[in-house]
Amino acid sequence: MALARIQVPEGLRRGELAEIRVIIQHAMETGFRRERGERIQRNAIHSLTCKLNGEIVFRATLSAGVAANPYLRFFIRAERSGELEFWWLDDEDVEGTAKARLAVA
Amino acid sequence: MKRREFVALPLLALPFAAAGQENAHVSTTDPLVYAFTKGRSVYPGKVKLELPQVAENGHSVPMTLRVESPMTRAEHVRLVFLIADKNPQRDLAVFYFGPHSGRAEVSSRIRLNGTQRVVAVAELSDGSFWSDAAQIQVLEAACTEGG
Repeated sequence: MALARIQVPEGLRRGELAEIRVIIQHAMETGFRRERGERIQRNAIHSLTCKLNGEIVFRATLSAGVAANPYLRFFIRAERSGELEFWWLDDEDVEGTAKARLAVA
Repeated sequence: MKRREFVALPLLALPFAAAGQENAHVSTTDPLVYAFTKGRSVYPGKVKLELPQVAENGHSVPMTLRVESPMTRAEHVRLVFLIADKNPQRDLAVFYFGPHSGRAEVSSRIRLNGTQRVVAVAELSDGSFWSDAAQIQVLEAACTEGG
């Protein structure tokens, strides 16, 4: 089970830009690393979406070219308060989710 | 065609030429690029790809990319894709934006397998493509073997 930390600005006003930062705990295995001579299978998060109140506000397709414990910083226009919901999927079909509250005054 | 019209033809092409040499950073026949552009030209400009000039190692290199755009319903950035030619997997990431983004900017940390040029290509809502490239020296590559 992957863990994530989401940072959302506080005191947002309606229409303001919100800088969203997320770090997901994931090795993003390249498939080139070896452990005691054994090659470690490639396993990276390949899809990620961020929804606000059920509507996709950011989406990315990633690869093992993204560093371990992927970090993303992006923006959304804060029109109303709601639940920011991250979802991701890795090469082993393991899903992860994380939520944060976006409060807009 | 009249001679006068013929003479005026190169002048019509001028505004496009002013935008910079098209396909300066990419090849239109590169399958990775073609998958998005379907052979259309990619103009240098509007996109800014920020990487450090030198990285101690390629395991976690800070990357920021931003695209000049009002990010309205009528005029916004659809996506930006990143290509790292010297990585074992060249297509590094695709970031999707929309009017709700407010600003077409994303930061992350990437792996780079050695000194290379990284290219970012953006598709705008009008269907045009814009690019930027950043040269980075990587002193120790993200390990593709051993480690």
